[in-house]
Amino acid sequence: MDLETWAKVVPELPKLLQGLLVNVEILLGLISLGFVVGVGAALLEVYAPRPVGFLASAYTWFFRGVPEIVLLFLFYFGFDQFGIKISAFLAAVLALGFRSSAYQAQIFRGALLSIPAGQVMAARALGLSRLGAIRYVVLPQALRLSLAGWSNEFSSVLKDTTLAWGIGVVEVTRQASYIRATDFTLTLPLYLTVALLFLVLTYAGNFAIGMAEKRLRVPGLEGRR
Amino acid sequence: MPLLRVEDLHKRYGHEEVLKGVSLTLEPGETKVVIGPSGTGKSTLLRCINRLTEPDRGRVWLGDLEVTARGADLNKIRAQIGFVFQDFNLFTHLTALDNVRLGLLKVRRMGRREATERAMAELERVGLKAKASAYPAQLSGGQQQRVSIARALAMDPKLILFDEPTSALDPELIGEVLSVMIELAREGMTMIVVTHEMGFARSVADEIVFMEGGVIVEQGPPEVLFRSPKVPRTGEFLRKISELYGEAG
Amino acid sequence: MNFVFDPSWLPKLAQGLSLTLQLTAYCMALGAGLGLLLGLLRVYGGGRFSPLYWLASAYVHFFRGTPLLVQLLTIYFGLPSVGIVLGPFQAGLLAMTLNTAAYQAEYFRGAIQSVKAGQMLAARAVGMSRPQAVRHVILPQALRLVIPPWSNELIYMLKYSSIVSMTALRPETWDLFGVGRQIASRNFRYFEVYILVALFYLALVLLFTVALRWVEGRVRVPGLGTPGRGV
Ligand SMILES: Nc1ncnc2c1ncn2[C@@H]1O[C@H](COP(=O)(O)OP(=O)(O)O)[C@@H](O)[C@H]1O
Ligand SMILES: [Mg+2]
Repeated sequence: MDLETWAKVVPELPKLLQGLLVNVEILLGLISLGFVVGVGAALLEVYAPRPVGFLASAYTWFFRGVPEIVLLFLFYFGFDQFGIKISAFLAAVLALGFRSSAYQAQIFRGALLSIPAGQVMAARALGLSRLGAIRYVVLPQALRLSLAGWSNEFSSVLKDTTLAWGIGVVEVTRQASYIRATDFTLTLPLYLTVALLFLVLTYAGNFAIGMAEKRLRVPGLEGRR
Repeated sequence: MPLLRVEDLHKRYGHEEVLKGVSLTLEPGETKVVIGPSGTGKSTLLRCINRLTEPDRGRVWLGDLEVTARGADLNKIRAQIGFVFQDFNLFTHLTALDNVRLGLLKVRRMGRREATERAMAELERVGLKAKASAYPAQLSGGQQQRVSIARALAMDPKLILFDEPTSALDPELIGEVLSVMIELAREGMTMIVVTHEMGFARSVADEIVFMEGGVIVEQGPPEVLFRSPKVPRTGEFLRKISELYGEAG
Repeated sequence: MNFVFDPSWLPKLAQGLSLTLQLTAYCMALGAGLGLLLGLLRVYGGGRFSPLYWLASAYVHFFRGTPLLVQLLTIYFGLPSVGIVLGPFQAGLLAMTLNTAAYQAEYFRGAIQSVKAGQMLAARAVGMSRPQAVRHVILPQALRLVIPPWSNELIYMLKYSSIVSMTALRPETWDLFGVGRQIASRNFRYFEVYILVALFYLALVLLFTVALRWVEGRVRVPGLGTPGRGV
C-alpha cells in the first residue's frame, strides 16, 4: 500500500462523494421519518389509554429487536412479493426509518417521563387543555432533554445507512465495490477512504448537533448524557 | 352572592379518606387563611376547588357557575382561578416573561403585543421587571414564587389559591413573597391561602380556617381564634405553630 | 394474499442460529477483554499526551466513528492485499470484535469514572498500590455498573452479527439471517421467511434481556447505583 496506490484513489473521489450523498439522503429521510413516528409513538406510550399505549410499545419493541439487515430485506423483497413495488432507496428509508423511530421513541419517552408532574399541573391550572399543556409545556422541554440521546442516534444511523448496500442501493460502499472491481489493488485504500469519510461526517454532524444544543440550551434544563 | 361556595367536599385516596365533607364560602375581596397539620388535606381541598383533583362528592360554585357540574368548561373556569404552588412550578423552559405570557397567549388568546405589555406590567407589580428575560433556574426561590404570582395575576383571576407559597423558601426570602401577597389583599383580591405564617394570618386574614383529619375543626376571625378558640385542639395547634415558625412575617 | 409456512425451514434456521450465537458470544467475550484494556488505558494510561492514552483513544474514535460494514469489507476484501487472508467467519468475528471493543471500552471507562473518587483515596489510605486499588476496589464496582450498557451492547452485536453472511458464499458460514436469505430466495417467500427470522431474533433478544436482568439482580450491591438505565 504505497503512496502511488493511494494517489490512484484520488481521481475516484467524486464517485465516492456521489455515493456518500446517497447515504446522506437516506440519513435525512430516515431521521425525519423516525422523528415523526418516534415522537408519535412515545406520546402514545405515555399518554394514550392502555391498549393503544401497549400497541405502541409492541411496535417499538419489534423494531428495536430485529436486525437492520433483516428489516431492509423484509421491506424490499417482502413487499415486492405482494406486488407492492418500491425502490431499494425507499425501502432503505422506510426500514431504517421505522427502526430509528423505535429508538427515538425510547429516547423521547424517557424525556417525557422525566418532566415533573407539577409542570403539567401548573399548565392545567392556567386553563390550558391537556393537549395544550403537552404542546406548550411538555414537548418543548422533552425535545430539549432528548438532544443528547439524539446525537447518539444520529451517529449510529449515519453508519447504518451503509447497510442499504445489501439491497443494492448505490451508496458509498457499493460505489467503492464498483471502483474496486476495476482495479483490485485499490481495495484497501478505497475502503479506508470510505471509513475516513464517515469519520469526518460523524464529527461534523456531532459538532452541528452540539451547536444546536448550545443554542437551544436553557439553564436548569440540561439533558443527561 | 358569595364569590366561592364549597359544599360538602369528599375525597378518598385508596382507603384513606382525605376530605370528609368540607364546606366554606368566600365573599368577594375576602382572604381566608387555611391552617392545619400536614397531611390533613389542605392541598387536596385547594386542588378540588379548580378540579385539578377530582372530588368524589360535593359541589363547588364560582359565583353562579357550578365548577363541579358535568360538562363544565374546566379550562375556562381554571383560567379564572389563579393557583400558586408550594414549589412554584414555573415552566422550566420559559423565561419569566414567557411564563407570565403563556396563559395570555394560549388561553386568553391575546395578541402578542398586548400580552407582552400585560405580562411586563404584572412582573413590575411583583418587582421583577428587570428579571423578565431570566430563566427560572437563574432566579432565587423568592423571585420564582413572585413570578408565579405574576403568572396567576396576569389571567385576571377572580380568586387566587395559594398552597403554602412560602414553605419551600429560605427564611430570608419569605418576606418578599408575603409582602406581595399582603399588597394583593389590600387591593381587594379574593384569596385562599394555606400557610403557617401566623403573622401574615393575623394581619391579613378575614377568617382563619383550622383543618384537621379532613374536616374543618373551627373557623373564625383571627382575633377570636387566637384569643379564645372554641375547640381546645385549635388553641393547641396555634401555640405549636407559633413556637415553630415564630410570629414574624 | 396467502401465507406459506414450511416446517422444514425451522431446522435449517436453527443451524444458522447456532452460528449467530457463536459469533455473538465470541465477539462479546473477546471484545470485553480488549475493551477493558482500552478503557483502563483511557483512564489510567497516563495523561492526555501519553502515547498509550493516545493510541487507545484513536482506536476508540476510529472504530466508533466508522460503519461496521466498512470495517468488515476492509478486513475481508482489503487485508488480503497485505497478505492477511481470512475466511468469512473469521473476518466477521474479527470485525465484530474490534468494533464492539471500542464501544465496550467507552462503557468500561464511563463505569470506572463513575466510581467515586473517595474509593481510590480510601484504598490508597489502607496501603494498596494503584493497580491493587483498581483491581480490588474500583473494578468490582465498575463491572457491576457496566452491566446495563453491556447488556445493550450484547443485543446490538447479536443483531449486527447478521451482516457477516453478506460476504459469505458458502452455506457453512451462514448465520440465521444468511440461512433465511437462502430459504427466502429459493422459495420466493420473502415476507414469511424474513418475519420468521425476525421472530427468531426477537426471541433471542427477549432471552438475553431476561437473563442479563437476572445477572444484574444477582450481583447487585445495595447503595451501588446503576447509571445508564432509566433515563
Ligand atoms: N395523588 C395522591 N395519591 C394518593 N394519596 C394522596 C395524593 N395526594 C395526596 N394524598 C394523600 O392525601 C393526604 C392529604 O394530602 P394533602 O392534601 O397534600 O395534605 P396537606 O396539604 O394538608 O399536607 C396525605 O396523606 C397524602 O398522602
Ligand atoms: Mg400541602
